Amino acid sequence: MSDQPAGERPQSTGAAAKLCCKHVWKIFGDDVPSLIGADGSVDEARFESGDYIGAVRDASFEVHDGETFVIMGLSGSGKSTLLRCMTRLIEPSTGEIHFESEDLMQASEAQLIDMRRHKMGMVFQHFALLPNRSVIGNVALPLEVQGIGKAEREQRALDVIKLVGLEGREQYYPRELSGGQQQRVGIARSLAGEPDIWFLDEPFSALDPLIRREMQDEFMRLQNVLHKTIVFITHDFDEAIRLADRIAIMKDGAIIQIGTPEQLVLHPATDYVEEFTQGIPRAKVLSAGALMRDVDGDNFAGKVHASVSIETQLDAILNADRGAVFAVYDDEYNVVGALPREVVVELLSASQRQE
Amino acid sequence: MSNAAVSLPRPASLTLNRWVLLWGLMILVTVVLMMSKESLPWAFKYPRAWQLPLAGWISDFMKWLINSFDLGLFTFKDLTRGLAWLVEQPYTLVRSLLSTGFLSGVGSDAVQVFPRISWLALIAGLMLLGHYARDWKLALLVGGCFGYLVVFGQWDSAMVTLSSIIIAVPIGILGGMLLGILGHRSRGFRMVLIPILDLMQTVPVFAYLVPVLLLFGFSPVSAMIATIIYAMPPMVRVTLLALEHISAEVVEAGSMAGCSRRQLLWKVLLPSAKHSLMVGVNQVVMLSLNMVIIASMIGAGGLGHDVLTALRRLRIGEGVEAGLAITLLAIALDRLSQAYANRPPPMHHTRPPALWQRHPHALVFLVIVGLTWALGVYLPALNTYPESWQITTGAFWGDLVKYINVNYFDTLESFKNFLLLNLMVPFKRFLLSLPWVAVVAMVGLGGWQLGGWRLGLLTASLATFIAIVGLWTKAMVTLYLCGLAVVIACLIGVPIGILAARNERLHRIVGVIIDTLQTLPSFVYLMPVVMLFRVGDFAAMLAVIAYAITPIIRYTDHGIRHIPGELIEAARQVGMTRGQLLHKVQLPLALPHIMLGVNQTIMMALSMLVITALVGTRELGQEVYIALTKADTGRGVVAGVCVAFIAIISDRMIGAWASRRKRELGLE
Repeated sequence: MSDQPAGERPQSTGAAAKLCCKHVWKIFGDDVPSLIGADGSVDEARFESGDYIGAVRDASFEVHDGETFVIMGLSGSGKSTLLRCMTRLIEPSTGEIHFESEDLMQASEAQLIDMRRHKMGMVFQHFALLPNRSVIGNVALPLEVQGIGKAEREQRALDVIKLVGLEGREQYYPRELSGGQQQRVGIARSLAGEPDIWFLDEPFSALDPLIRREMQDEFMRLQNVLHKTIVFITHDFDEAIRLADRIAIMKDGAIIQIGTPEQLVLHPATDYVEEFTQGIPRAKVLSAGALMRDVDGDNFAGKVHASVSIETQLDAILNADRGAVFAVYDDEYNVVGALPREVVVELLSASQRQE
Repeated sequence: MSNAAVSLPRPASLTLNRWVLLWGLMILVTVVLMMSKESLPWAFKYPRAWQLPLAGWISDFMKWLINSFDLGLFTFKDLTRGLAWLVEQPYTLVRSLLSTGFLSGVGSDAVQVFPRISWLALIAGLMLLGHYARDWKLALLVGGCFGYLVVFGQWDSAMVTLSSIIIAVPIGILGGMLLGILGHRSRGFRMVLIPILDLMQTVPVFAYLVPVLLLFGFSPVSAMIATIIYAMPPMVRVTLLALEHISAEVVEAGSMAGCSRRQLLWKVLLPSAKHSLMVGVNQVVMLSLNMVIIASMIGAGGLGHDVLTALRRLRIGEGVEAGLAITLLAIALDRLSQAYANRPPPMHHTRPPALWQRHPHALVFLVIVGLTWALGVYLPALNTYPESWQITTGAFWGDLVKYINVNYFDTLESFKNFLLLNLMVPFKRFLLSLPWVAVVAMVGLGGWQLGGWRLGLLTASLATFIAIVGLWTKAMVTLYLCGLAVVIACLIGVPIGILAARNERLHRIVGVIIDTLQTLPSFVYLMPVVMLFRVGDFAAMLAVIAYAITPIIRYTDHGIRHIPGELIEAARQVGMTRGQLLHKVQLPLALPHIMLGVNQTIMMALSMLVITALVGTRELGQEVYIALTKADTGRGVVAGVCVAFIAIISDRMIGAWASRRKRELGLE
C-alpha cells in the first residue's frame, strides 16, 4: 500500500497532509490559561485534580489531501468541539493547527475571514439556513459577503444549486422545502465558495433514515465529482464505515483510535472500539487482501481485487463451487495471495452468529 | 435498604430546622423589640439626625449641571438645548403633515401654505396598512378606532399625540437596538447596561420627569424625551435576548460563509432576530402610548392633556371620551404592529412581479392622498371633519355618574368603609408599628434563605437605604397598598387562570379581555374608580388591582397549560380525579411559573401606585408626585429610587426562588 497510483483513493499514508492538528486541547473551567505552560503543554496533574472539563484532550491527527476523514463519537465526546477548533469557530485552549502551509492558530481575524471565504466550507446538523432568504439568497451568501456582484454570484450559486439537484427550486424559501432538500441547500452554500476543505457536522443526523441513506449516496456522488478534502462528523458508526477513508474514534474528548474501517474492525484498540465494530457485518469492511492466504498452486476459480471489500465481490465468490480458490491481485494486477471460498463462508456465518 | 430510606430525609429536615430556628428567633426579637418600644425609639422611627441628605445633594448637582457646567466649547445647557432642537425638527415636520398643515409666519398671523393630510386619506391609509399586514378584519378595526377619533371630535388632539408617537417610537427602537447590539458585542458594556435597565424599568416615570423638565424645558420635545427614556429599556432587553437566542449554528454558518463582524450583524444576526425584535417594537409603541397622559404633565399636549385637565376638573364625560380615544389609538397601533410582526414569512413567486404588483397598497394610498388634497380645495369637509357632524357622549357619562351616586351611594360607601375599617387600616397600622430594624433584618434573612448570602446582603442593604434617606414610613404605606392589592389580585387572578387553563372557550374569552386590558394606558383605570369611590386609598387600591391583575391570570393559565402532556396522562392513568390532578400535579408543577406572574403583578402594582398618587394616597408615589409639582429633582429621584428598590427586592427574591424550584423540578 505504499505508492498510490494516480486516481486511486489515498490510504493512511503517502498523500500530503492538508490539515494537521497537534496536541489540540479545549478545556472549560476557571482560569484555563494558567494550566498551559509556555511551550503550550497542559499541566495534566492540575487538569485531572481541578474542576475542569476537557471537551477536547490532546487531539493529534492529519487529514490528507482528497481524503474523507470521519470523526465518530457519541454525544458529548467532543467531536463537534474538535471540528470547531479546526475552523476556530471555537478558540482551542492550546495546540497547533496547520492548514496547508498556514499556521491557523496565528491567523488574524482578517486572515481567518479570508480563509473561510475561499478555502473552507461547512455543513451544519440543523441546516442553519436563513429563513428570510430564498434558496439562491442562502447559497449566494458566501459570495455576497466577498463583494461579488449580483449577476455573477447568482450565476455561480445557480451552478451549485444544479450540482446538488435543486434546479427549479432556487426561488423557494427554506420553510417550503423538506429536510433533505434543506440540507441540499446547506451543502450548496458550503460549496459555493469552492472550498479546499469541506467540514460536515453530522449533516444527516436530523434526517429520517431513508432520506439519510439517499443523502449519503448523494454525498458520495458529489465527492466522486469534486474530490474535496473532507472532515465529516457523525455519531453513527454505520455511516462512518460507509463514507470514510479513515475514521477517528473519540471518547470523553480524546481520540482513542485512528484507522481505516478495516483496521478498526480487525484490530480494535480498546473494548470501546470493539463494541462499535461488533454490529458491523465483516464482509462489508474487510477486503480480500485482509483475508487472503499464501498462494498454494495455480488452480484459481476467478480473481478478486485485494483492496476492495468482500461484500462487493460476494456474488462471484459464493456462486463458485465448494472448495474453489480465488486469486487475489493488487492494483498492478500482480497476484499477491489466494482466497479460499470457505474462508468467506466462515466469515459470513460468524457475523450471522453475532447477530 | 430500610436504613437508606430512613437516613435520606434527615439532611432535608435539618436544613429546614435551621431556617425555622432563625425565623423563630427573628420573630421573638421583633416581639421583644415591640414590647420595649419606649427604651429603643430609634429602632422604630429612624432618627432625623442619622438621615443622609441625599435629595439635597442631587438637587444641588442638578443646579450646578444646568447653571455652571461648562464643556469647554459650549455649556451643558447648550448641549441639552441642541438635543432638543434635533428632536424638534422631525417632530415639527410630522405635526405639520398630520395636524397643523404647513404654515408660514408665526402665531395667529400664520398662513397655511399647504394643508395637512385629510382625515379621510389618513384613515384610508391606515386601513390599507391593516389589510397589508393581515386582512380586511384588521383594516375595519383600525378604521373603526380612527373613525371614533373623527366622529367624537378627538381628531385634532389625537393627531398631536400621534405626531409625538411617530417621532418617539423610531428613536426609541433605534436607540434600544443600538444599545442592545453594543451590549451583545461587549461583555463589559452588558455588565453596566443590565443594572441600569433594571433601575430604569422600576423607577417610576415621575421621578425622571423632573430632571427632564429642568434640562429640556416645558415642551412637547421634553415630553417626547421622557417618553423615549421610558419606552426604550424593553427594546434594549428584547434586542439582547433576540440576539442571544439566535441558533448558534446559524451564527456559525454566517462566520463560515466568511462574514466580517459587520456583515454578520446586518446579513445574519438582525434578519434572524427580526421576528423577536418586532415584539420589542410593539412594546415600545405600547409604552409610548402609556406615557401619553404622564408626558402631558411636562408639555406634551394632545389627548393626554385633555384627559389630565378633565381629571383635574372632575369632568368625567370629557375624560372618558379622551381616555377612550387614547385607548382606541393604543388598540389600533398595537394590533397593527402585532399583525405586522406576525406576517407570514415570504413564499416564492413563480414570476417576478411588476412594481405596481409588488406595492399595490402604497399605490392606492398615494392616489387617495392626492385626490383628497386636490378635492379638498372645493370640499373643506375633506380636510377638516365639520364640527356639526360630531357627536359627544359627555353628558351621558356625567348623568351616569350622577345616577349611580344618587341610587347606590350608600351601598358603595358601606362596602368601602367595611373594607377600610376591617382590612386596610388595621394592616396599615400593623406595618407602621413594626420596628424598621426588624423589617430590614427579615428582608435580609428572606434573601439569604431564597438566594444565598449575597442576595441577603443585597436585599438588606437596599432596605436600609430606604431608612437612611428618611422615607421609611412612606415606604411602609407603599408596601401596605401594594401588598394588599397584589394579594387580592392573586385571590381573583389565580382561580381565573386555573379555569382558563382547563376550559378552551374560557381561555379564549379571558385572552381577549386581558389583551384589551393590557392595551389600556394606566391612567384610564383611575377614571371609573374615582367616579364610583372618589379619592383615597380604597379607590387607589381598586385601580392598582385592575391594572396589575393581568400577569397573574396569564402566567397561571400558561404555567398549567405548559406542563408536559405525558405527566397529565400518567396522572390520569393512575386514576386521579380532576381535583386531585389540580392540586397534586398541576399546581405544584406550575407554581414556579405562577410565582413569576406574581412578580410581574407586583412590578405593575408598584408602577400603578405612583400614578394613583393623583387620587390622594400618601406613599412614596405621592412623594414623587409632590417633587414633580415643586420641580424638586432630588426629592423625586430619591423617592423614585426607593420604589425601584422595593421592586428589585421582591423581584430578586421571587426570581431566586422560582429558578431554584424550576431546577429542582427539572423544568429548565
